[in-house]
Amino acid sequence: MASQAFKAASRSLLIAYLLLLVALPIATVYVKGFSLGWQPFWEEISGSVAWKSILLTIKLSVVSTLIQAVIGTIIAYVLVRYSFRGRTLLSSLVDLPFALPTSVAGLMFLTLLGPQSPIGDWLHRIGIELLYNQAAIVIGLTFVTFPFVVRTVQPLLEQLDASEEQASYTLGAGRGFTFRHVVFPAIVPGILAGSMLAFSRALAEFGAISLISGNLPGKTMVVSVFIYGETQNFRPEGAAALSAVLLTLSLAVLWTINALTRRKGRLA
Amino acid sequence: MKKLLIGIAFLIIFLLIMLPFAGIAVGAFEQGPGAFWKALVRPEALHAMYLSLIIIVTVTALNAVVGVYLSLEMVRGSWIGRWVKPVVNALIDLPFAVSPVIAGLMVILLFGPDSLMGAFFEGHGTKIVYALPGMVIATLFITFPLMVREVVPLLQEIGEQSEEASKTLGAGPWRTFFQITWPSIRWGVVYGLVLTVARSLGEFGSILVVSGNIMGKTQTATTLVYEDAENFDLVSANSVALVLGAVSIAILLYLEWMKKRKEAQMHAH
Repeated sequence: MASQAFKAASRSLLIAYLLLLVALPIATVYVKGFSLGWQPFWEEISGSVAWKSILLTIKLSVVSTLIQAVIGTIIAYVLVRYSFRGRTLLSSLVDLPFALPTSVAGLMFLTLLGPQSPIGDWLHRIGIELLYNQAAIVIGLTFVTFPFVVRTVQPLLEQLDASEEQASYTLGAGRGFTFRHVVFPAIVPGILAGSMLAFSRALAEFGAISLISGNLPGKTMVVSVFIYGETQNFRPEGAAALSAVLLTLSLAVLWTINALTRRKGRLA
Repeated sequence: MKKLLIGIAFLIIFLLIMLPFAGIAVGAFEQGPGAFWKALVRPEALHAMYLSLIIIVTVTALNAVVGVYLSLEMVRGSWIGRWVKPVVNALIDLPFAVSPVIAGLMVILLFGPDSLMGAFFEGHGTKIVYALPGMVIATLFITFPLMVREVVPLLQEIGEQSEEASKTLGAGPWRTFFQITWPSIRWGVVYGLVLTVARSLGEFGSILVVSGNIMGKTQTATTLVYEDAENFDLVSANSVALVLGAVSIAILLYLEWMKKRKEAQMHAH
């Protein structure tokens, strides 16, 4: 009897924990965002700075995701197909962006590209500014989303039998043709899944970019930084309204990934 | 072609990862090892690291217990209806989709001084927002999926047969868990723990929002780095960042070693 009561109690506790820690907080954002009704919600969103920050976030996330799709595929291909000195080191370094705290990532680029460093100084002299502008944000986003595409493409490449590629060569196909018709179709699902993961991470990123983006309203201010500003100015309604938009976007991306990977079997 | 591609891969990783990281090390020692050491033993730096440690220990312990228990109920519990499981599953993944800043905002909205629960706790003398409890709650939220996602697949893989046998032979649920289930999920739990430690150590956005970043009071190692950088005290920022980076790399290497071990075990069977 005692164990029955213990079971019931621990299960109730578990449900309460889930509701209080996960469900309730997310619901609160939507409730607060819409707390004053549709009209004020819309005014918060469509305010020129807020709206521009949403568009900017989407634009820069798309750019960094595209970069990621290309360089991630190259690195995955190199790691799987070639054996060379330093391969293990290269493979370990791919995961470093996930392990580093995001504020450290931001500081890294602030130090490297700032006027005090020789590299930043040199770039400045040849007329390239990579700090406090949109290029800086893209660099930060590319850094923090780095492992996604590599790690989703890698297993697909490993599964792809090297003999298929060799057969294609034997039959007289060139490198380009083989890549387009044999390798590429096999890894497309991985590139897509990895890119979408990278995209959803890029939408949400704050730490790595807040130090280097300059945060000029309407120019280099992304949504997460805007939301942070609203919380600092004690404007929870504005912060919640924008959070509701960002959260909905992220959830849509996440659920699309889940639906896609479930249909095609386990990808990531 | 082969050389070209390898060259490109090395160049990308050098420019994007190695060079920036080396920049931290150079920045930390720019004014010599004395300045590096001084930045680390500042009272505010010591306090920040102490606070990070408290958060890591609390969050990891709570996550371990709740995560393993939730995984057990998700895989074995028949009391959760068939249609409820996908909902709970989606719920567990939700924190992955939430921006850290929003996670911080959530805690403020729920437990801030203007909220129902915040007023209740403040009436009883406990501050949650702009204090340690809020920071722990935010980190708990962010790290919530990590343990469950490691343990659930393991539980599904080992199946219920041995557990049923143990039950039939008269062992109680606790004995069955510790003698049958635990040995086969142990390394998954350790892996989940290490992931949780790494994530709690590195958590920044939600902590910054929820803590108010009060120096010497609610500042953690990551928000101290941010504050130093904002004040352009790059030597101090880089010194703390270098320590954080070194710990992160150690964790990363340990995780990789564990992954290799796991693969070796799988091949051995």
